[in-house]
Parts: sequence; C-alpha cells; structure tokens
Amino acid sequence: MTITSVDKDLKALTMTITAQFNAPIERVWEMWENPRLLERWWGPPTYPATVVDHDLSPGGGVSYFMTGPEGDGPHGWWRIVAVDAPRRLEFESGLADDLGEPKIDMPTMMVRVDFDEGAGGDTRMVIVTAFPSLEAMEQMLSMGMEEGSRSAVAQIDDIL
Amino acid sequence: MLIYNYMVVHSKSHQKADRLFHALADTTRRDILMRSLQGEHSVSTLASFYPMSFAAVQKHVAVLERAELVTKRRRGREQMVRGDVATVLYTVGLLAQIETVWRSRLDRFAEILMENR
Repeated sequence: MTITSVDKDLKALTMTITAQFNAPIERVWEMWENPRLLERWWGPPTYPATVVDHDLSPGGGVSYFMTGPEGDGPHGWWRIVAVDAPRRLEFESGLADDLGEPKIDMPTMMVRVDFDEGAGGDTRMVIVTAFPSLEAMEQMLSMGMEEGSRSAVAQIDDIL
Repeated sequence: MLIYNYMVVHSKSHQKADRLFHALADTTRRDILMRSLQGEHSVSTLASFYPMSFAAVQKHVAVLERAELVTKRRRGREQMVRGDVATVLYTVGLLAQIETVWRSRLDRFAEILMENR
C-alpha cells in the first residue's frame, strides 16, 4: 500500500487522501462491505471497533461501538448517502448514544470513498473527509484513535 | 470523549471552545477569517466581498473577535480587522491528527488485505 497524496483544504475543512493497493477492486471494496473486516481496521488496537448493524445500501447504515482499556468507548453511526459497489461509497458519520441512537445535537462529517482499478490490477482508493466545523473534527478524533485525542487535549491546553 | 470530558472539567476553556466552534461553523465567517489572515482589511472592504449588509458583516466580525480569531483596531474612521494565527495553527494541528487517524487505518487496512491474498 502506498499513500500517494494527502491534500488538506483549510478553508473548506476537507481532507483528501489517496492510497494505492496491490489488490483487485473487489477485495478493496470488501474491506468496507464485510463488517468483520471493517471492524478490524476502523478502530486502533487499543480501541477496537465492534460493528453491530451493517447495511451499505442507500438509506441503510452502520452502527458500531469502540471498546477502550476501561471498557468505555464511543458509539458511532454511518448513514449511507450514495453507493455504487464496488466503485463508490458515500456516508454521513456521527456519534451515537450508548443504545446506538444518533445524537442529534452533535455535528456530523461526510465521507466519500472512490475506488478505481488500474490496468495493472492495482486499486486506487480516494477518501474525502469533509467537516462542517472544528467541533466536528474534534469529534472524529474522539472516535478515531486515542492518540489523536490526547494530543488534541494538549493542543487545546496550549492555545486556550 | 477525552476532549469533551476535559472541557466539562475546565469550564472556562469550555466556554472559550464554544465560542471558537460557533465562530467557525459559518462559511462567511471562515471566509472572513481566511482573508484577515492574508492581510489587514477594513470592515467595509470585507463587506464588499459578500452579498450582505455592512451591519451583517460587522456582526460576523464581532463573533470572530469574541472567539479571539481576529483582532480589530481603529484607523481613522475605519475599523481594521486582522486574523489571529494561533487558531489557524490549531486547525492545521487538527487536520494533521485527522491525517494520522486515516494513515493508521490505512496501514491496518493494507495489512489485512495482504494476509488474505
């Protein structure tokens, strides 16, 4: 796997990351489509993800929770906005309460993933993550990995 | 999670963060901020960039000022607005952490892909 580019748009609060895999498009798609595979890479080893519901059809969604060292961890959800297997997946993502119900007062982020198989059998995956505000970025970090959250806390301390 | 807990404990920081997030939640205000970081502008110059009244732009600037994203000073009859670099650095820092999250995910992603070859 090679990450070929990372573009950050400070004004639009958008990040585009492009990765190249030496695998056919169906196998790369399966990493998102199969919940048992998805939960192995979504959360870090110290906060592993457990996928509860998983339906990648339009209007469907994913619900999951993460488990930290002390048994605590955020619950999250995806709402599928657009899907064109195995070429495109677009979803809204946010935090959920302990019962898996979306927290409506929390900001969400949009994720769009495009898959493209080259002539050599390699697959290119482009992930665009868009945030409506810095708060939404903070939220993604709290759902993403604890290392990120810790350094975010340190940074808040520095700046505030 | 850590962030929110931290904020609740430190209520002064919490209020400051609320103002910051509120200020950055609006497209026009983000645009005003980006322009103010590139140089000092008068409120009337800024107002000319948007299809809204001078008063509306002045309100946006006031929100940015309360969040300590911009500073204002008088120059003759004009109010000059300049961006605060610290907050932009903070945004850069957040984006860098988002990048770290995705890089780690993609590392695991690739590892699993390889083991099932």
